[in-house]
Amino acid sequence: MAVQFSQDTMNKVQEIIARYPEGKQKSALLPILHLAQESFGGWLSVETMDYVASILNLTKIEVYEVATFYSMYNTKPVGKYVFEVCQTGPCMIEGSDEIINYIKDKLNIGVGETTQDGLFTLKTVECLGACGYAPMMQLGKHYKEHLTKEKIDTIIEECSKSASVNN
Amino acid sequence: MSIKLLLDKVHVEGIRTYEVYKREGGYRAAEKALKTMSPDAIVEEVKKSGLRGRGGAGFPTGLKWSFLAKPEGIPRHLVCNADESEPGTFKDRYLMEFIPHLLIEGLLIASYALGSNNTYIYIRGEYAWIVDILEQAIQEAKNNGWLGKNILGTGFDCNIYVQRGAGAYICGEETALIESLEGKRGNPRIKPPFPAVQGLWNRPTVVNNVETIAAVVPIINITGEEYAKIGVGRSTGTKLISACGNINKPGVYEIDMTISVEEFIYSDEWCGGIKNGKRLKACIPGGSSVPILPANLLLKTAKGETRYMNYESLNDGGFVSGSMMGSGGFIVLDEDQCIVKHTATLAHFYRHESCGQCSPCREGTSWMDKIFQRLEKGQGKMSDIDLLWHIQYNIDGNTICPLGDAAAWPVAAAIRHFRDEFEWHITHAAEAQTRNFGLAHYADPLPVVQ
Amino acid sequence: MSEEIKKEAPKKFTVTIDNIAIEVAPGTTILQAARMIGGDVVPPTMCYYTPLKESGGKCRTCLVEVSKGSEKDPRPMPKLVASCRTTVMDGMEVKNITSERTLHARQGVVEFLLINHPLDCPVCDQAGECDLQDLSFGHGEGGSRLDFPKRTFTKHNIGPYIQLHMTRCIMCYRCVFAADQLTKEREHGVLDRGYHSEIATHIEKALTNDFIGNVIDVCPVGALTDKTFRFKNRVWFTRPEDAHRDCDKCCGKVTLWKRGDDVLRVTARKDQWGEVQTYEDGTVGWICNECRFEKKNTNDWVIEGPTNVSRHSIKSVNHYINMLKPKETIPDVMGRNPKLLMDIHDVSEVNDPSIKLSKINGPATSKTFNKLIENKE
Ligand SMILES: Cc1cc2nc3c(=O)[nH]c(=O)nc-3n(C[C@H](O)[C@H](O)[C@H](O)COP(=O)(O)O)c2cc1C
Ligand code: SF4
Ligand code: SF4
Ligand code: FES
Ligand code: FES
Repeated sequence: MAVQFSQDTMNKVQEIIARYPEGKQKSALLPILHLAQESFGGWLSVETMDYVASILNLTKIEVYEVATFYSMYNTKPVGKYVFEVCQTGPCMIEGSDEIINYIKDKLNIGVGETTQDGLFTLKTVECLGACGYAPMMQLGKHYKEHLTKEKIDTIIEECSKSASVNN
Repeated sequence: MSIKLLLDKVHVEGIRTYEVYKREGGYRAAEKALKTMSPDAIVEEVKKSGLRGRGGAGFPTGLKWSFLAKPEGIPRHLVCNADESEPGTFKDRYLMEFIPHLLIEGLLIASYALGSNNTYIYIRGEYAWIVDILEQAIQEAKNNGWLGKNILGTGFDCNIYVQRGAGAYICGEETALIESLEGKRGNPRIKPPFPAVQGLWNRPTVVNNVETIAAVVPIINITGEEYAKIGVGRSTGTKLISACGNINKPGVYEIDMTISVEEFIYSDEWCGGIKNGKRLKACIPGGSSVPILPANLLLKTAKGETRYMNYESLNDGGFVSGSMMGSGGFIVLDEDQCIVKHTATLAHFYRHESCGQCSPCREGTSWMDKIFQRLEKGQGKMSDIDLLWHIQYNIDGNTICPLGDAAAWPVAAAIRHFRDEFEWHITHAAEAQTRNFGLAHYADPLPVVQ
Repeated sequence: MSEEIKKEAPKKFTVTIDNIAIEVAPGTTILQAARMIGGDVVPPTMCYYTPLKESGGKCRTCLVEVSKGSEKDPRPMPKLVASCRTTVMDGMEVKNITSERTLHARQGVVEFLLINHPLDCPVCDQAGECDLQDLSFGHGEGGSRLDFPKRTFTKHNIGPYIQLHMTRCIMCYRCVFAADQLTKEREHGVLDRGYHSEIATHIEKALTNDFIGNVIDVCPVGALTDKTFRFKNRVWFTRPEDAHRDCDKCCGKVTLWKRGDDVLRVTARKDQWGEVQTYEDGTVGWICNECRFEKKNTNDWVIEGPTNVSRHSIKSVNHYINMLKPKETIPDVMGRNPKLLMDIHDVSEVNDPSIKLSKINGPATSKTFNKLIENKE
């Protein structure tokens, strides 16, 4: 897969760069890494990062440094659906441990692992700002809150279904 | 009866849209400010209001604005801190998600007051859908002439951009936020220079929390003087509290700072009491970084006085017997909760979020985390408690940014107030795997210090 | 503008450090002022490096107490401050070794720096000129309170010149600043964050940009060492000599680390604080890769004479200036030369004096010696 943004994305990139003063295009790095991650399979390969470096006229190491600092950038491949379950205090009180264990058992994977079919990855994350609606997890762009085992079942079912429809 | 200045309209159907927000009196403050007030007059008004930063440190906002350097020919910037990552805190999210125009209006007024033509909202990366909501609101405001060039014919230009972070609590620290906004790793800067002199792209910069900016709108509407009349002492106006944990009604509440902690927890208007009829054991009143308090010190100060939900009262007794208002993340623990385990998750959090620049924080947070994991596994030693105490002591105050302190305080407070629970964890290692220590005497009235 | 400033009478600030007062120019840091005084009041430093812009502030070993902010605002500063990044104010009073708080905090910092350090000095090429060794000797505790496995990293090869031992790194960022400020493009940096941050290139990459060799000199510990010197000798067995050559890329002024006539290692010249010399014309004595790695023959260089080494350093053991050779008394007493019971070179090839260590590619082990001797025969 050649790493190349579509024309639409490229327009978006230009629009983002225009938000900052002349010569400060490095500021666009975080938003563009987000775009790159969305466009190229949910993670940032070295190739992708080098491509971003070339767009923004940065050295490669500058991009690697940033990409490895922030926890939302994946520098290794992940599944199609990433379950990011919060495990910090307020969620722990409300039973996040149980939810994590349930997902582990159900999908038969450990934390940080991906199912064999490449559909699901389980990650634990730190407080996502939904402590009042605990336990919770992030799935793609949205939050799934007030999690229960039944809710997890439904979510997994829906994901599997929509994956098989798309294929 | 409670006064609401920020969330009074939040339940109006469609308030997220420009039309409804405007119909409900929105952008009145912006019009008043831009058309009838000078930038300096706005700063004065904010000073008069006594508004204090709602991001955690509680620094007077008007004063902060007046420190902004104004060198000739160099642009200045306002940056809105929407990074909100402090465990227990989810108030800014609520505000942005449900009443985004309030923030946009506040930003417009503040940008005008500070002379910022390009203003940035730095929002935590996980709030991806809120980015869309904010961008939608910005577009609507622009379409209606509230942003862009020559706003209301005043000659003032203003653009607001939303920048998404990518998962790093440390980017809530203002200089780390600026670094991140410059496209770098979120390493806090060594101060001085302060952002007010050299901030974003080395230009003078003010960083303010979402709620702080939103509060500017009612201040302009009702005047600073009126705003200052609400609340008590130096805790003026209203404050958003995000309440979570073992309570009946977790959520975001707007309070004027005159109610007592007890009322806040037990009244049906707020938290609605402890869930399942359990008893209150402890509470972290201002986000994970502030000291945890056992029930008896939470509801009453060491002097036996009622503790109130405001900056001064929560801090009564300093760190020995008090806590802090912090960011307003109110975490309630009931009698079934284990303090050791809860503190362990926080220790893990800070280890995960340390940027790793300075040695006490990088090494100290991970060391504490390892010890807590050992305690949790039932392999703790009695000497671990003192070791934890020493580690936190050696971190506190010796780091580049306050994250080091924030990692030290919760551990210090947990040991200070719950040492017997830690000891029980070690002496009853096997039992601690199957049950919690319970309420013990943490709710019993304390002898009053005179 | 600058003219005006010059015309004004040069204003000086008075700062008192551990009860010793000194006048310094505005803009001087507490650390610089302390170094002007010298002696025990100088706070130890691990991350600050005078010739590298933006360095300092990170390790926290140089923390001091400011007991009086200035004449105008005499309030003490609530927290200890990093002396390397805090500029003095007129009338400021600083406590370094006279402050319990400072000493305690420093002890804590040293412990933090050491808990994950491998303490592999016996096999570390930096031993003998390691700032962390000096620091822990001066300020550390006897034992370690860490009873967990130490941090480990995946090993990376960063090319033929530089050896990276990540476990020894203290994250001072000096090598990052050096690469930024001295080479045409920085190719290594700090990856990951917090406890797991590491110095790396992300992709397997050899660091070969000219002037990159200077990262070896700025690294305070044995995290970055000279691969061409690796395991060849202990620094205190080598004899430092100042030398120079005409170099079209750098100043060409170096220190040669010799054993006999053999040049084992070339480094930039260091000042008394262990930093690369800044010469009188303001240039910094960084050296190019060629001078450092390729010029290992004595006749590549004009030797100036033995390097001045502080008497307190272990490296001074090979400092032969004005040393008298002890008189041989045995021939007088016995009427003949002493007989050696055993000549070490008869039983082991290691350190055979006829073999030039500098010509060996890579670390010198007994195998290498055996092979060389076979080849010779
Ligand atoms: C580790 C750390 C995290 C912080 N996180 C946030 C945050 O998420 N949101 C916020 O508004 N302020 C945060 N702050 C406080 C900011 O540094 C800064 O004080 C604040 O944005 C100033 O705004 P205010 O004066 O309006 O409160 C944090 C501070 C530290 C040290
Ligand atoms: S205290 Fe922690 S987060 Fe702050 S600069 Fe130091 S290492 Fe980074
Ligand atoms: S490798 Fe050496 S110079 Fe680079 S950060 Fe680590 S200790 Fe400092
Ligand atoms: S603790 Fe899980 S969202 Fe805050
Ligand atoms: S030398 Fe000053 S903080 Fe490292």
